[in-house]
Amino acid sequence: MALIDIKNLHASVNGNEILHGIDLKVNAGEVHAIMGPNGSGKSTLAGVISGRDAYEVTEGSITFNGKDLLDMEPEERACEGVFLAFQYPVEIPGVSNTYFLKAALNAVRKHRGEEELDAMDFLRLVREKVKLLGMDESLMNRSVNEGFSGGEKKRNEIFQMAVLDPKLAVLDETDSGLDIDALKIVANGVNALRGADRGIIVVTHYQRLLNYIVPDFVHVLANGRIVKSGGKELALELEEKGYSWIEEPVGAR
Amino acid sequence: MTTLEVSKDIELYQGEFSKLGATALDSGNADLGKVRQAAIARFGEIGFPTTRDEEWRFTNVSPIARTSFKLAGGDFNQVSSEMLKTAEIPGMKGPQAVFCNGHFVSELSSLGNLPKGVIVGSLAAAASHPAVRHHLAKHANFENHAFVALNTAFMQDGAFVYVPKGVVVEEPIHLLFVSTSPGETGMSHPRNLIVAESNSQVQILESYSGTEEDVYLTNVVTEVVAGDGAVVDHYKLQREGHKSYHIATIQVYQERSSNFSTQSISFGAAISRNDVNTILDGEGCVGTLNGIYMIGGSQLADNHTRIDHAKPNCESHELYKGILEDKSRGVFNGRIIVRQDAQKTNSKQTNKSLLLSDQALVNTNPQLEIFADDVKCTHGATIGQIDEEHIFYLRSRGISAAVARHLLVYAFANDIIRRIKIEPLRAELEMRVLKAQEIPTDFVFTEGA
Repeated sequence: MALIDIKNLHASVNGNEILHGIDLKVNAGEVHAIMGPNGSGKSTLAGVISGRDAYEVTEGSITFNGKDLLDMEPEERACEGVFLAFQYPVEIPGVSNTYFLKAALNAVRKHRGEEELDAMDFLRLVREKVKLLGMDESLMNRSVNEGFSGGEKKRNEIFQMAVLDPKLAVLDETDSGLDIDALKIVANGVNALRGADRGIIVVTHYQRLLNYIVPDFVHVLANGRIVKSGGKELALELEEKGYSWIEEPVGAR
Repeated sequence: MTTLEVSKDIELYQGEFSKLGATALDSGNADLGKVRQAAIARFGEIGFPTTRDEEWRFTNVSPIARTSFKLAGGDFNQVSSEMLKTAEIPGMKGPQAVFCNGHFVSELSSLGNLPKGVIVGSLAAAASHPAVRHHLAKHANFENHAFVALNTAFMQDGAFVYVPKGVVVEEPIHLLFVSTSPGETGMSHPRNLIVAESNSQVQILESYSGTEEDVYLTNVVTEVVAGDGAVVDHYKLQREGHKSYHIATIQVYQERSSNFSTQSISFGAAISRNDVNTILDGEGCVGTLNGIYMIGGSQLADNHTRIDHAKPNCESHELYKGILEDKSRGVFNGRIIVRQDAQKTNSKQTNKSLLLSDQALVNTNPQLEIFADDVKCTHGATIGQIDEEHIFYLRSRGISAAVARHLLVYAFANDIIRRIKIEPLRAELEMRVLKAQEIPTDFVFTEGA
């Protein structure tokens, strides 16, 4: 059984259909890259998977671990093991990273029927994961993302992923706005979290990130459909030729 | 007909004034008797403000004007140990001066070992002190403010804090005001004077609370003088009973390179009004005016601030926040004046209101009057509900929608609370908000330096 099975997914925003029938299967242990030009529907797909209510699914289904994902609230999806790394993580002045993450982790653990972590066990876990991402531990005592640089925010997303240990991670343009050093740190973090139990969907505009997070499969999204799928070579081909050669046949339909 | 009602109000106060006669303050300071006379006369001329008065446009004080208040005495036997206990801040171990209806109660106060020369206690007892003679009623102007006029007319006692030149008071000072006049509609007019001489440093909390079941009026005026290079970190916590009225003016005078900050935290009272005014009257001053109020039901909370940049190279920071539930109403009026001389002024004002109900209402009004040409002044106001994107971010991590909302309300408040430097006060307020939001209190926010 696929970890996530998306079938004929149609989704609209304010009555405008953005996704015109997406089919995608991701198995545990696989990394899939979804590439595509601006406006192709990449972020919409990430949003629909995570349960953003701006998107209306008009047709199709998403089955996650055998369950109907579209029937779940965003927090249920998170508890079931879906994680979205935001393209633009929000700043929440007044809530510390530590508290936020502890509340999140314990919500997830409760859902899984595991015991809530006490402060000591939680700190031990946090210290371990902080090292993984090479993060400054003092960031943990700051407000969520407040005053973080772009790189720190993205790193914080991957750090949250490391702590919450999801089954499926969707990285929405995690590379946007990062310089090469920050990109490497984020990629290393993601690579450390690759594993046989986890599926990862990397949504990106550029091939650059895929030099560091090498995908098993690459899908090209254009005008709300997957127009081409292939191995990691496809990303290099896109880098060389751009998106126009892919978009043309769609425009001609 | 309106005129008739107003004049009746005025008569009532004039009657109370005559009954009061000379006060302990007058006897220590002969000039004060004249000032009090002038104040009651001025009140007779201006009467209570109406909503036609620009400064009171959104705050209707007719419920106060209509009530026949009687001057409440200082009988501290009415202060139950339970009242005192709830008014205290657990963990605050510094000097604590207790006031009953504005009268100092030495029996309930614990002033401990104050540094040499530092005075904390009764203003009436210090009436002849040079600093009192020099500063009392010299800063808070009653000409155009009926409540300051009434406070001045009725001033009998209140807190006096004096910190001599160069002295640093390590422990925060708690000035604890309790209102109690069971069965009577009592009023009190506490008058406070805080004088921090040059290069001294002090932290002060003024707290106000009272009986939940009674209608009463607390009308307080606090004058603060921060001398050259003095650092005054001031807090005002208002937890009055929900049937009461709380009117307060804090008038600050800052001399060269002084640093004054105040945080005004309001929860209680049916109608509360805070006027916080500072004059930055020397180069290199820093003035910080922060505040937060959390109200519900049909409460009204009004914060008026006025920052007067009189000299060059000063900075002021202002952040006021309101959280409103039910049919409550908030008012923020922030005036910043930059005088012609005050070049290189740097001033920032922010007002944010969170409306948790469709019926809650906020009126916000920034007023910048800039007469200098080389200044940096910014202001911004937001009124709204909880940001849906923030809620989604929390939900996407597994936190339920309801908890996410509570957490974000807490975060909104905590953005002010975390700036409080008196640790026990910060912890107490954080707990209060966490509890109000039904969030587990097993954690304390630990903001890094």
